[in-house]
Amino acid sequence: MGELKLMKGNEAIAEAAIRAGADAYFGYPITPQSEVMEYLAAQQPHKRTGMVLLQAESEIAAINMVYGAASTGKKTMTSSSSPGISLKMEGISYLAGAELPALIVNVVRGGPGLGTIQPSQSDYFQATKGGGHGDYRLLVLAPASVQEMSDFVKLGFELAFKYRNPVMILSDGIIGQMMEKVELFDPIPRKTEINEPWALTGKSSDRKKRVVTSLDLDPYGNEKHNHELQRKYKEMEENEVRFEEIDCSDAEYLMVAYGSSARICQKAIKLARLKGIKVGLLRPITLFPFPTKQLYSYTNRIKGILSVELNTGQMIEDIRLAVNGKLPVEHFGRCGGVVHSPEEVLAAFEKIIMK
Amino acid sequence: MDLKEIIKPENLVYKRTECLTDKTLSYCPGCGHGTVHRLVMETVDELGIQSDVIGVASVGCSVLAYDFMDIDMTQSPHGRATAVATGIKRCWPDKFVFTYQGDGDLAAIGTGETIHACNRGENITIIFINNGIYGMTGGQMAPTTLLGMKSSTTPYGREVELMGNPIKITELVAQLAGTYFVSRQSVHTPGNVRKAKKAIKTAFENQKLKKGLSLVEIVSNCNSGWKMTPVESNKWMEENMFPFYPLGDIKVEGQLVQK
Amino acid sequence: MAKLKGAVVVDVERCKGCELCIVTCPQKVLANKAAKVNSKGYHYVYMENPDDCTGCTNCAVVCPDGVLTVYRIKI
Ligand SMILES: Cc1ncc(C[n+]2csc(CCOP(=O)(O)OP(=O)(O)O)c2C)c(N)n1
Ligand code: SF4
Ligand code: SF4
Ligand code: SF4
Repeated sequence: MGELKLMKGNEAIAEAAIRAGADAYFGYPITPQSEVMEYLAAQQPHKRTGMVLLQAESEIAAINMVYGAASTGKKTMTSSSSPGISLKMEGISYLAGAELPALIVNVVRGGPGLGTIQPSQSDYFQATKGGGHGDYRLLVLAPASVQEMSDFVKLGFELAFKYRNPVMILSDGIIGQMMEKVELFDPIPRKTEINEPWALTGKSSDRKKRVVTSLDLDPYGNEKHNHELQRKYKEMEENEVRFEEIDCSDAEYLMVAYGSSARICQKAIKLARLKGIKVGLLRPITLFPFPTKQLYSYTNRIKGILSVELNTGQMIEDIRLAVNGKLPVEHFGRCGGVVHSPEEVLAAFEKIIMK
Repeated sequence: MDLKEIIKPENLVYKRTECLTDKTLSYCPGCGHGTVHRLVMETVDELGIQSDVIGVASVGCSVLAYDFMDIDMTQSPHGRATAVATGIKRCWPDKFVFTYQGDGDLAAIGTGETIHACNRGENITIIFINNGIYGMTGGQMAPTTLLGMKSSTTPYGREVELMGNPIKITELVAQLAGTYFVSRQSVHTPGNVRKAKKAIKTAFENQKLKKGLSLVEIVSNCNSGWKMTPVESNKWMEENMFPFYPLGDIKVEGQLVQK
Repeated sequence: MAKLKGAVVVDVERCKGCELCIVTCPQKVLANKAAKVNSKGYHYVYMENPDDCTGCTNCAVVCPDGVLTVYRIKI
């Protein structure tokens, strides 16, 4: 068994980064995720593993440092919260376009604009539909516990390199700030050799030069590149869908919720069962790729779905696409900061879905 | 005397460096970008660092610099080249890392990244092409456009009341503790090309010292944007650009040059 | 006194006819006034007064397009 610790979600991200053998972290402070960089700074990762840590002058600079570092084939990451992620979107689009692996953590807070520093899930669209300009996708992991904050850093790097694509951990202020027991994985040494055939290591005389770019002025070339990206996203949809089902086998209804909202729903379905209502919880762990097929498989088994989100209804669109009109799908959620209680969720469920 | 007797390998005194690719440059006839590309690649060639150099192309006419330089390169979002270079250099502290940026890229949209990379003293080289205009997008005003100078967005000339002042970002970054070498050069005469080459070489060699950032500004022509022939544009540059952007070293070995 | 004699080889297809080398040459060796153009339509440069070339390399040094290769001998 790995080392057990009581940690905040944000600290778990940081500790996991060092243990995952990350080569570099570039960030900029913003509530509610500043502990990530603070924890790293306290750990002096340059002494522990040789990992680079740099506080940039802005989120824009930070994501572009990630772009530069990622182009060398190294394991690179950044973290921020909603307004900062908006600033990073240009760089994220370039990472996707240039097919660079990188890990981006969004500890979401409520928007729009400066919004609130309280937790929210209002960046679902931004995370799962690309977010920046162009036809691209991020692979999005949604942790629901401090344990998953740690585990998904390791998984995120693996997936980023497997697909040469930026991976986002879409968390929120609740998971980032809460303390839980976490079993830390054993440290992985940092890579000593860069073997990626695309990485910028300096053009030695025995090979051709390498170029990392997202530019193709030839429209046919650019279209071909886009098709190649889409093929990659299809492959993710085939291989990387992850979800958890709780009390679903005999369910007549489903709640679908991810991250912190899923934790609340877990309690809500227990309360429902006490009242004899057979409702299960499907928790998407990957938001892109979305568990579309799994949700469709429920269409002839259940009577309706409630999408429970800390926002005004974003993931509901993907659920509706998944069940393709075959089931009623409704939304319930508070706007973040104001968090729904399990009782509230159950009451809404009875009112909206069982009416 | 027959030219054939002169044109023999043993008599060669100048040829295009092999660190440039065979591709024909995409620049307009007479554009200084081509000369500066060549100087940077001659430097790489002469220092023998082709296998240890990583370049960052920016957004502007030189966005395709990576097509012309036979080295590992990346292409940065508009204005972010020094941040990208920071990421590379922090991961490869012993490689030679440089950015190649226009004035719009470096001194408008990328001002923040420029100043902070300079101030942190990143051990990189910045090659900065100041042609007083946005060449790639069709000759709009740049932060460096001179007062009175016409561009497609200042068709009656730049007026300070309406468009503010041109910026001397090179003098500005020379004030920062993190810069080690700052120089302004041009490439319009053989003498100037040779001086510019020396400055660029110094700026690359400095990376070995790990004492901070080196920036070489090249005041250059944009004959398409200025709507002149290449020969006219060089003359106009001497008469109008150099008085405001005087040539010479501004900071050497971390010390401001007293004028 | 030894005299320097030079020769310039033009990579015709690379030349863009910008004339920067022409005005730079101290010996007025180069020209591009002939009707001939390269495949891109540029009036490329050639040695009009080859006898006067000293091989000083000035033309090649200012050429943005790396068109010119210079040779030199002492006679
Ligand atoms: C974010 C963003 N904004 C605007 C542009 C459009 N754009 C491309 S090049 C350029 C100006 C480049 O000018 P400069 O840096 O002076 O280089 P030059 O073309 O003169 O060499 C602009 C505004 C862009 N590509 N990206
Ligand atoms: S537009 Fe100006 S800067 Fe761009 S290639 Fe032409 S002359 Fe050079
Ligand atoms: S400078 Fe170069 S491109 Fe211009 S005319 Fe002379 S040889 Fe041709
Ligand atoms: S080498 Fe010197 S003399 Fe000969 S053509 Fe070139 S500039 Fe003129």
